[in-house]
Amino acid sequence: MMTHWPILVVDDEEVMRESLAAWLREDGYTVDTATSGAEALDKARSLDYAIYFVDLKMPGGIDGIETMMEVRKIHPEASIIIVTAYATVDTAITAMKEGAQEYIVKPCNPEEISLLVGRIIKVKNLQRENTILRKKLTKQYRFHDIISKSPAMLKIFDLVRDVASLRSTVLIQGESGTGKELIARAIHFSGDRTNKPFVGVSCAALAETLLESELFGHEKGSFTGAVSQRMGKFEMANGGTIFLDEIGDISSKLQMDLLRILQERTFYRVGGTEELEVDVRVIAATNVDLARAVREGKFRDDLYYRLNVISIHIPPLRERKEDIPLLVETFIERLVHELGKEVTGVSEGALRILMNYDWPGNVRELENAVERAIVTAKAKLITEEDCAFIGSSPSGEAEKWNVPTDMTLEQAENTIITATLKRTNGNISEAAGILGIDRSTLYDRIKKYNLPRQ
Amino acid sequence: MNAIVVGALGSIDDAVLAAIAGGLERAFHLPVRSMPPLQEPSFAYDAQRGQYSSVLVLRHLLEHVPESTIRLLGVTDRDLFIPMLSFVLGQAQLNGPGAVISLARLRQEFYGFPPDADVLRLRAVKEAVHEIGHTFGLTHCSDSTCPMSLSNTVRHVDAKGPELCSSCTSLFEERKPPLPTMNNRPRAAG
Repeated sequence: MMTHWPILVVDDEEVMRESLAAWLREDGYTVDTATSGAEALDKARSLDYAIYFVDLKMPGGIDGIETMMEVRKIHPEASIIIVTAYATVDTAITAMKEGAQEYIVKPCNPEEISLLVGRIIKVKNLQRENTILRKKLTKQYRFHDIISKSPAMLKIFDLVRDVASLRSTVLIQGESGTGKELIARAIHFSGDRTNKPFVGVSCAALAETLLESELFGHEKGSFTGAVSQRMGKFEMANGGTIFLDEIGDISSKLQMDLLRILQERTFYRVGGTEELEVDVRVIAATNVDLARAVREGKFRDDLYYRLNVISIHIPPLRERKEDIPLLVETFIERLVHELGKEVTGVSEGALRILMNYDWPGNVRELENAVERAIVTAKAKLITEEDCAFIGSSPSGEAEKWNVPTDMTLEQAENTIITATLKRTNGNISEAAGILGIDRSTLYDRIKKYNLPRQ
Repeated sequence: MNAIVVGALGSIDDAVLAAIAGGLERAFHLPVRSMPPLQEPSFAYDAQRGQYSSVLVLRHLLEHVPESTIRLLGVTDRDLFIPMLSFVLGQAQLNGPGAVISLARLRQEFYGFPPDADVLRLRAVKEAVHEIGHTFGLTHCSDSTCPMSLSNTVRHVDAKGPELCSSCTSLFEERKPPLPTMNNRPRAAG
C-alpha cells in the first residue's frame, strides 16, 4: 500500500535486520537490507530510500553515525533513524546533531515504531504534495517565458496583454538581466503580430556605421565591403516587431534616423536613394535612465517621447525576492536535463543564501549561479556548500562599470581605487596588483583622496 | 488433501486450536487440519529478555512441515519478540510458507484480569487469520475492522473482526490459485 517510500534497514546482525525488514514489509513497505555501512552506501547510490534504519554499532568499516553522515551527503532529504541497544545521552545528541530524524533504543514498543514510520511517511507525502502544488503554482505564475508572482510583475503582465495587439512603441527599462527581451517577446507573441517576425538588435554591440547598415540595410558599393545589396533588420521585421536593445547607447545620427522611421514609417538603405516603407512595431529597451539622458542632452527628447509611448519598468530581482524560489525551481527543472544531473531542488540553507543575496546581475545572474551550483552539486539537493561562491566574486555583467562621461579624471581615479580596496578587503598589495601600480603609489592616492582602507 | 496446517508448540488448549482452525477455514475457504504438537520452544528462550525469539520459533516450525501443507501456523503460549521490538503478537513470512502466533498477550490474565476463554479464542482466531493472511501476500489493511489491520495491542485486536474485508478477500482470491503445497516448494529459512 505504500510501496513508493522504500526503506533500507542497515544492521550487521542478521536476525535483527531481517526481522525488522519482515515486520515493515507486513505493513506494505518495500524494504531492502544492508549488512554494513559500506553496503548501505552502495545501495543508497542506486536507490533513493525514504527512510533508513541504521544500527549505531556496526563492527569494522564505518559505524552508524558515519553511515548516516555519508547517506545524508547523497540524499540530504532522507529520514534516518539511528537504532541502538545502548542508550547514552552523548550518542543521542551526536546522532541528532548530525541529522538523524530519530534515535531509538531497541527493543521498542511496536506501536512506537508504527507511529514513527507513519509520521515520517505523512510528512513525506505532504512534502511531495507540496512539490506538486508548487509546480502547479509555477505554471500559474508563468507568462510566456517569464516566471513571477510579484505584484509589480503581474501588473506588467496585465499591461503586456493590454498593449500586445497595439502598434504603439514600447520602451522597456530595467537593469541588466531583468528580462527586458523576454518582455519584448511576450508583447510580440501575445499580440496579433505573433505569426510575423520578431527581430532583435543589440545597439551597443556594433559600431555606428555597422549598426546603421544592420538596421536599414545597404546598397551594393555603398561602403568598402558592401559587395551586394543587403536587407536591414527593419525590412526583415516587416509586419512584425523589431526589438532595439540598449537603445540608450546609439549615436546622435542614428537617433535621428530612428526618429524618422518612427514618424514617417519610411527609411533609406545606406547608400540608397529609394524611400522604403515598413510596417514594424518598435520595442526599445535600455538599462540607462533615458529621462536623465534627455535632461543631460545625451538623448533626443523627441525620440524619447516617440519611444516612450508605452513605458514598462521591470523591477530588479532584489525588489521581488519572492520570485527567487520559483525561478530557482524553474531553472533546476530545465538545467538538470541539459546538464544531465539528478538535482531535484535546494536545501533550506542554500535557499537562504539565494534569498539573502541582492543579485546585482538580476535573473541572469541567478540563472548562472543555479547552473554553477547544479554542476558542483554532489547530492540531489543543492546545499549551502554548493552556493558558497555566491557574492564572493565579481558577477560578470553586474560588475561591469559604465564609465560616466561627466566625471573628472580625479573623481574616476578615486572611485576606482575605493572599489578595488573594497574588493580586496583593504589588502594594499592585492589592490596595487589589480590596479597595476606599485604600493607606494597606492598609499599616495589613499592619502590624497583620504580614502578608507576597506 | 492439501490444507492449511495448525500446530501447537507445547501444550495448547484444544478448544483454542479448534477455534483457530474454524476461523481460518471461514476466512480463506481452504481446508484446515491440525498436526501433532511440537516441543515447547525452550531453544528460543532469551534469558536476558525473558522472552522467546519468534525468528527461531518460526525456523524450528519450518523444519517440521507435514505432507500436503498449503501454509503452516504454529501456536505458542510463550511471549515472542524480535530484537527491534519489545514483543510481537505473531510473525509471518510475507508470501512465505509459515507463521507463528503467541497467545501470551492475548490472555486477559496478562493484563491482570480474570481468565476469559471466549475472549482468548476470539483474539487467537483474529491473529491467526492476520498472520496467515500475510503468508498469502496480504499486507496491513486500512480498514480497522478487517483482521488484516495492524494490531500492536489487544485493544486493536478486539476492535477488529475475524472475517476479511472485501478488498482483502479480493486480493486473496487473486493470489490464491495456484497454491502449491509447501512440500513442493523450496524450504525458506526463517
